[in-house]
Amino acid sequence: MTFSTEDMARRAAREIPSGSIVNLGIGLPTQVADYLPSGHAWLQSENGLLGMGPFPFEGDEDPNLINAGKQTVTVLPGGSTFDSAASFGMIRGGHVDLAILGAMQVSAGGDLANWAVPGGKVMGIGGAMDLASGCRRVIVMMQHTTKKREFKLVQKCDYPLTATRVVSLVITELGVFEPTGHGFRVIELAPDVTRERAELATGAPLVDP
Amino acid sequence: MTGKHANKVVDSVAAALEPIRDGMTIMVGGFGLSGNPEALIRGVALRGVKDLTLISNNAGNLGKGLATWLHANIIKKVICSYIGANEDLHTRMASGAVEVEITPQGTLAERMRAAGAGIPAFFTPTGVGTVVEEGKEVREIDGRRYILERALHADIALVRAHTADHFGNLRFWRTARNFNPVMATAAKLTIAECDLLVANGAIAPDDVHLPGIFVHRIIHVHEHENAFEYRTVRPR
Repeated sequence: MTFSTEDMARRAAREIPSGSIVNLGIGLPTQVADYLPSGHAWLQSENGLLGMGPFPFEGDEDPNLINAGKQTVTVLPGGSTFDSAASFGMIRGGHVDLAILGAMQVSAGGDLANWAVPGGKVMGIGGAMDLASGCRRVIVMMQHTTKKREFKLVQKCDYPLTATRVVSLVITELGVFEPTGHGFRVIELAPDVTRERAELATGAPLVDP
Repeated sequence: MTGKHANKVVDSVAAALEPIRDGMTIMVGGFGLSGNPEALIRGVALRGVKDLTLISNNAGNLGKGLATWLHANIIKKVICSYIGANEDLHTRMASGAVEVEITPQGTLAERMRAAGAGIPAFFTPTGVGTVVEEGKEVREIDGRRYILERALHADIALVRAHTADHFGNLRFWRTARNFNPVMATAAKLTIAECDLLVANGAIAPDDVHLPGIFVHRIIHVHEHENAFEYRTVRPR
C-alpha cells in the first residue's frame, strides 16, 4: 500500500515544529494545513498574508482575501496583511522557517526543478525561486514518478532549475527520502512498499538510513 | 506655479489618465484579478494609446483585467512573474506579438522597492544557478553566490486602494494590497483608484499604509467588480 495524498500531507505536517512560520506551495502541499492542530504554526502566503486560515464558509468569501493560488481564504486572529515587497522580504530574509513545495524533479544533491517543463508551456516562475532559495528549510511533496513512469528523484535535474542544493526532504507516495549528495537516504517507506520497488522508481541510488 | 501635490482628486477616469502616452512603461497593481484598478485598466484600453510596456505580476486572467489590454493590442512587452492559465498572453507570446520577460516574484517586488528608494541595483541569491542568472553579474559574498538585479522604474503606476484622502494617503484592503504600494513608489507618476474618498485627517496618521507623497492623481470609483478567480469555500 502506498501513501495516499492524505497520508503524505499528514506526514509532512509532522515536520512542522510548533510556533513556526510555514509557506505551503500551490497544489498538493496546500492540504498539509488540514493536518495541523489549531494554533500549531503560522501559515504565510506570498501574496501578502500571515496567519492564513481555512477556506471561508459559503457566503463569507472575499475576492480580495486570497492565497497565492488565488483561492479565497480567511485570516486568523493575530494574522496580518502586507504588500508584496514586505512579503518577499520575509521569505528572502530567512524569516520563513519552512516551505513545503511541489516539484517536477529533485536531484540527489537537493536541486529543485518545479517551474517549467522542457518544451512545455511556460507558466512562469511566480514565488517559486524566492521560496526555494529564501526559506530556511525546503520540503518537497510530490508523486514519486511522472504519469509516464519517468523518474522525478534523479541524479541530476534536466528540467529548468528553481534553486540548487535546497531540498532537505522529499515525501512521495512511496515514502520519505533525504537527498544526500550521492543518492537518497530512505527515511521511511510506505506500508508494504519494498526497497526494491522504491529503487526501481528512483533515478539515483538509495542510501541506507 | 503648482507642485505635484496640489489638487490631486480628478473627476473622471479620462482626466486621470491624461498623462499616458504611446510607448510608456506602466505598472499596474494586483495579484491576478485581486486588487486591480479596474476603472483605470478599462480607461487605458479605451484611450487608444499603443506600444505600452506593462509591468504587473500577472497580465490579467480569465479574459478579465489586464487581459483586455492584450485584446486591444496596446502592449508590446510584459514584465511579469507568472502567466499560469492566462491564454490571452500565452497565444500572443507564442506568436511573438508580445515580448514577455519573466522575473521571480520577489525579485520583481524588490526591483520596484529599490527603484522607489533610489537604489540602482542589488545582489540577491534568488535565481542563482537558474536561467534567471543568464547575462547577469554574479558575485560571491561571504561564500554564497548572488546575482545583480537592477531597479525597475515606470513612467506611470496605476494602483487600487480601498480608502484615499485628498492628499493621496492610502489604505488597502486585505490581500488586495499586494504590489500596489511598492509600484506607487517606483513610478514617476502614480494614479490611484479608490473605493472610498475621505477628507484629509479622516485616516489617522498612524493608520496610513502608503503616504500621499507617492500618489499624484486620485479617482474615486464607486462600483468595482472584484472578480473571483477561484471561489473556494467550506460547508457551514
